[in-house]
Amino acid sequence: MTNFDPESIHDVKGVPVHSVHRHDVVIVGAGLAGMRAAVEASAEFDVAVLSKVFPTRSHSGGAQGGIAASLANEEEDHWEWHMFDTVKGSDYLGDQDAIEIMVKEAPVVVREFEHMGCPFSRTREGRIAQRKFGGHTKDFGKGGPILRACYAADRTGHALLHTLYEVCVHNRVRFYPEFFALSLIVRDGVCRGLVAWDVIGGGVHVFHAKAVLFGTGGYGQVYRITSNALANSGDGLSLSLRAGLPLEDMEFVQFHPTGLYQSGILVSEAARGEGGYLTNDKGERFMERYAPQKMELAPRDLVSRSIQTEINEGRGIGGGPYVHCDLRHLGADKIMKLLPQIHELAWKFLHVDCIKEPIPIQPTAHYSMGGIPVDIDCRVLIDGKSKPVAGFYAAGECACVSVHGGNRLGTNSLLEASLFGRRAGKAIVRFLRETRDFPELPSDAADAAIAEVERVLSAGGSESVGAIRTELKDKMSAGCGIFRDGGKLEKLAGELRGLEKRFRNIKIDDRSEKFNYDLLEAIELGHMFDFVELIVAGALKRQESRGAHSRTDFPDRDDEKWLRHTLAWKRGEKVEFDYKPVTITRFQPKTRTY
Amino acid sequence: MAMITFRINRYNPDDERRGHYVQEYALDVCKGCTVLDALNQIKWEQDGSLTFRRSCRSGICGSCAMTIKGVNRLACETQVLALKSPNVTVEPMRGYPDIKDLVVSLDPLVRGLLAVRPYLITKTPPPSDQERLQSPEERARLDGLYECILCGACTSSCPSFWADKEYIGPHAFLKAYRFVADSRDEGSREHLEALDDKHGLWRCHTIFNCVEACPKDLNPTRAIGELKKELVRQRIG
Repeated sequence: MTNFDPESIHDVKGVPVHSVHRHDVVIVGAGLAGMRAAVEASAEFDVAVLSKVFPTRSHSGGAQGGIAASLANEEEDHWEWHMFDTVKGSDYLGDQDAIEIMVKEAPVVVREFEHMGCPFSRTREGRIAQRKFGGHTKDFGKGGPILRACYAADRTGHALLHTLYEVCVHNRVRFYPEFFALSLIVRDGVCRGLVAWDVIGGGVHVFHAKAVLFGTGGYGQVYRITSNALANSGDGLSLSLRAGLPLEDMEFVQFHPTGLYQSGILVSEAARGEGGYLTNDKGERFMERYAPQKMELAPRDLVSRSIQTEINEGRGIGGGPYVHCDLRHLGADKIMKLLPQIHELAWKFLHVDCIKEPIPIQPTAHYSMGGIPVDIDCRVLIDGKSKPVAGFYAAGECACVSVHGGNRLGTNSLLEASLFGRRAGKAIVRFLRETRDFPELPSDAADAAIAEVERVLSAGGSESVGAIRTELKDKMSAGCGIFRDGGKLEKLAGELRGLEKRFRNIKIDDRSEKFNYDLLEAIELGHMFDFVELIVAGALKRQESRGAHSRTDFPDRDDEKWLRHTLAWKRGEKVEFDYKPVTITRFQPKTRTY
Repeated sequence: MAMITFRINRYNPDDERRGHYVQEYALDVCKGCTVLDALNQIKWEQDGSLTFRRSCRSGICGSCAMTIKGVNRLACETQVLALKSPNVTVEPMRGYPDIKDLVVSLDPLVRGLLAVRPYLITKTPPPSDQERLQSPEERARLDGLYECILCGACTSSCPSFWADKEYIGPHAFLKAYRFVADSRDEGSREHLEALDDKHGLWRCHTIFNCVEACPKDLNPTRAIGELKKELVRQRIG
């Protein structure tokens, strides 16, 4: 535990003394990455977890199908097979040193969850049950789909998230629920803590820390159709950019093939893993034409492109923008036992009984492969390549290690979040053992955050935050969705600049400090503008098609020029780029077919 | 499409004198529109000061529990047109301290939860390099228990909680039973310790409000019955 030394409390301008907190570690985000790190570090140090929502409301809980590990509980499996599938799934953009670590440690991480109490479904022998998922195969892709996804019915994310919360409660982790991070304090290459807003009580707080971990999740809310929660506005990415740090591979956005029609709510890949079909208006299993071997269990980028192609060519249901996910042949027993949540969601949101009718689905913005560049110990890299920021870590969806490269396989995200959360926790423990003193806290640490809140609360313009956000989402979906081209991207970049100009002239209805989501939504929209520019600029620069980044004007993968990671910074009004090579160890890039 | 009037119970903590009041918003609602969609549309297009919690939009995070037409529900999975009424009243859940508009304090919910030691308690170390075994039948006992999303709808609907703010609450009893029923757990006594108390299990009068209120169709009353049996067993044994 920290020795409390009143002499060393630093005054921060504009923040009352009782709102300056001090913890060895401050974690932002209470999803799988943040809480897994908290479990690890709380055994030895004073850990605080801030979350913009109550911890169990984090969006990791929305994950359904499973967490990958080559446990071989159901059939032969090896980490080398899992590694090959992940590398191929990434379209060879994943860094193979990081992938190797992930697939090797996966069984340990999953078994630890079991030891913590996670209610996994079980095999006849009482072991953790495993199911099939897209892109996971036997024998280096030569065999069929493999039983590798460890699951708790189709509520795996919920089960893991609540288990971690329970262990955090046991370990007496200090939670600050409904605290919203406003800015990161990085000076001279050293992270010194962060500034946050107390949502319930109102007011700016400063968290002085030796180490900060971001597990802030994704940003699906910048798209019109998304599986993501309303809270997923990519805040951590923006805070990192504003601290002068780069983002990596932001042009790689995953569209999940099966979102419920119109709402985009997730229908787990487990639906197809358990045998569900995708059919078009003619009743054809159209995946035959796109992935004759793996069919519906091809990776997500390919399946989403196939669905979108069917829709674009007029073979959506009734010519409309959706196709069918058909589970009827699985039968009521299997559906209610293995896919109960899907049954519930289809019924509650579309009034479709999937035992008797096919589910209308469309691709939905789901996951960010890119993010804050980190090394294999989750240390954030100031140059994106090798130089860490002292005391700043990131893990989970907000980070880019990169294990997913151009396209993430299903069930690898719960794995990545918990596994790298755990690694981050261990790395932070090692760092803290060597770090006796708190870094100096500059007295102007909260200036920018205070100014931002005041600017919004006193906004006197005429533009509505809601209307601008809706336009941003529509334009991102139209211009930077599954299929992209240079012309559309350039047009989109211009439109986003226009929208951002309007954003400077917003109005606000709620000027109070207590529980003011009007304020939060305005700040979140500011975050979105920061990083969508990088998604679009990165997509424009990358003149090839790889993984989820599909350029109709450059339909082929170009390893000669583009087998490299994008790094992008914001410098004033400009986006600056740099690139770094992909780490290739075991598997040389090959043509990718399924 | 139908024009629906939302009668929303509002409260601004900065204006205690005004206290609670009802404000009406009219909205054209189409098929498929949930109460959360409607609240968002009101907030984004009519009145940005309207305040409510929300996140996942799909009934899994538990943020948006509120009282809709007198019943505790999740706004995100309640279809407006299925309520079959041109007027829809929306109120904060009862029993919890008010924060603002539809937002209530979850502190009593968390306090109750912590009382039952809501984590797996084991005394035997787990096997190294493998999972503990649990048969599918043993695992099936957790169905209907582990799905709780901690939305608070059950406890807010419970008369015992209305009468006693220290009452631990059905959500916490359900959680306690989730562990007591787990073949891997070796801490029944610890989970139950706080429940054998004047704010605990014996204050449940099996009114079944919690069962009715649960948006996930779980059954805290059954869990309470099982826990009472377990307590009696422990006392005799």
